[in-house]
Amino acid sequence: MKPRFDWIGAGLFAALLAAAPLFLNAYQVDVLNSIGLYALLALGLNLILGEAGLFNMGHAAFYAMGAYTAAILNTRYQIPILWTLPLSGLVAGVFALVVARPVVHLRGDYLLIVTIGVGEIVRIALVNDVFGITGGANGIFGISRPKLFGYVIRRPEDFFYLIWGFVALTIFLFLRLKRSRFGRALNYLREDEVAAEGSGINTAYYKLAVFGLGAAWAGMAGTLFAAKMTIISPESFSFWESVVLFMIVILGGAGSIPGVLLAAFLVVGLPEVFREFAGARMLVFGLVMMVMMVVRPQGLWPARGHQGLWLSGLARAVGR
Amino acid sequence: MSAADGVVVQAEAALLTLHEVTKTFGGLTAVNGVSFAVEEGAVVGLIGPNGAGKTTVFNLITGNYQPNQGDIHFAGQRLNGLPTHRIIMRGIARTFQNIRLFQQLTVLENALAGCHYRMSGGILAGMLWLPTQRRVEKQAVERAMQELSFVGLGQQTLTVAKNLSYGDQRRLEIARALSTQPRLLILDEPAGGMNEQETEALIGLIEQIRVRGITILLIEHDMRLVMRACEKLVVLEHGGKIAEGSPEQVRADPRVIEAYLGTEDEV
Repeated sequence: MKPRFDWIGAGLFAALLAAAPLFLNAYQVDVLNSIGLYALLALGLNLILGEAGLFNMGHAAFYAMGAYTAAILNTRYQIPILWTLPLSGLVAGVFALVVARPVVHLRGDYLLIVTIGVGEIVRIALVNDVFGITGGANGIFGISRPKLFGYVIRRPEDFFYLIWGFVALTIFLFLRLKRSRFGRALNYLREDEVAAEGSGINTAYYKLAVFGLGAAWAGMAGTLFAAKMTIISPESFSFWESVVLFMIVILGGAGSIPGVLLAAFLVVGLPEVFREFAGARMLVFGLVMMVMMVVRPQGLWPARGHQGLWLSGLARAVGR
Repeated sequence: MSAADGVVVQAEAALLTLHEVTKTFGGLTAVNGVSFAVEEGAVVGLIGPNGAGKTTVFNLITGNYQPNQGDIHFAGQRLNGLPTHRIIMRGIARTFQNIRLFQQLTVLENALAGCHYRMSGGILAGMLWLPTQRRVEKQAVERAMQELSFVGLGQQTLTVAKNLSYGDQRRLEIARALSTQPRLLILDEPAGGMNEQETEALIGLIEQIRVRGITILLIEHDMRLVMRACEKLVVLEHGGKIAEGSPEQVRADPRVIEAYLGTEDEV
């Protein structure tokens, strides 16, 4: 049976990953940490872009909102950085609701342009030190190390388990969400908005909800990023970050959680592997992207796109 | 004819009434002061030549368009200004002229869309997959399966919608609409693209839906279907109503013959 194979594969992958810090050096573990953060961000974006089909190329803005919320609360009010996690998520989520409210009815390409604008506005606002609390172009430094049950998280290996633990939790929750009533509503949206609305589904609500949820996840990823770096500045949240995240989702296979993970490894990891080629590596990278989209537009690990197998179990339970 | 109009509009049993409804797009008047009523339990046909404004009338009823003038009432409540999903929640369900299924999703998921608004459970319930959510899902699947069996798609629940035959796609749209448990079902050219056998089965299905106590309003070009399935017809031409009555009355109406049936027969 295919599902069982899926679980064996996932288990092996998880075990291998969990053991990775034992045989990798600090630099390599740090690359894995970056991959984990991108995976986290891309999983959130995947809800918006992959499941609901809403073009969002300003995801870095929500990431920045979370990171800055955490950094400001920590450096100004000495709140332990991990405690800021829920609040960072909340701030980023609410911010997304506010900016998405007037534009979310826009069609794909228009929404894409608006979200690019939002991303740039946030970045420029941070550079210009809005409200005098973002530290301008220098950013915020001196963010304290996170503590978990009295243990200070300091080394890359420590962060590895913190970040990938959060990724694992995210996958666990999102897999369930995907096959729930909420997840189905997102798919209806992506497939045909008019038909969804015509079936009694409040499409405006679901668009906003998924924007808020995806952004909240980006906000929490921002907290982890701030904790890992201890210093954040606007350049970490550039337009390019949004583009990379968009690419990870599309390249991996929109709506596919394993696809997004795989693409995070490739997009973030490969340039590190080919670091010795220096200047040429981005050229190769760009070419690979182009070839991929021509040869395999559905993504590396395409989503099934529907809840078929899951529902078949339910349907059997119902009897027939 | 005009005396009959008055009686129909005032009829107390009317489930749906349109009163002097007008819709313009720029300079074009797509629907011009149209009034008619659909009585509870009836099967009413909305007919007329291409471009007469039939689908626009449907889109006005389901809130996809807002009328410039006039009122639409359903079960005693005014529908003007309500978003589509709220109108569906009040008990009107519809299908589309150019089939709008969720192509990549399974037959069952398509039908579940109709169950959606009666279910509970949001982000948290979904992520945590709470026992209540499990129960809600099960009930919805049950309901959807019933409607799929009703239209004859009970054996194809896990087929991806785009792989269904044309007739089955039309039937799936009806199942999805029925899953919302409507009082009024609006069918936009349900026999469009169907062969003779499929049309015959569709007439049977419409009758079964009517027996369940669901009122039906349909647009259809297939005159055999219209004459057999409908007890009342409303005829539109150039956005205005030109006739209304039983199939026999409408068939005998000289304006209808001139505007519609005459030309249709030659085609």
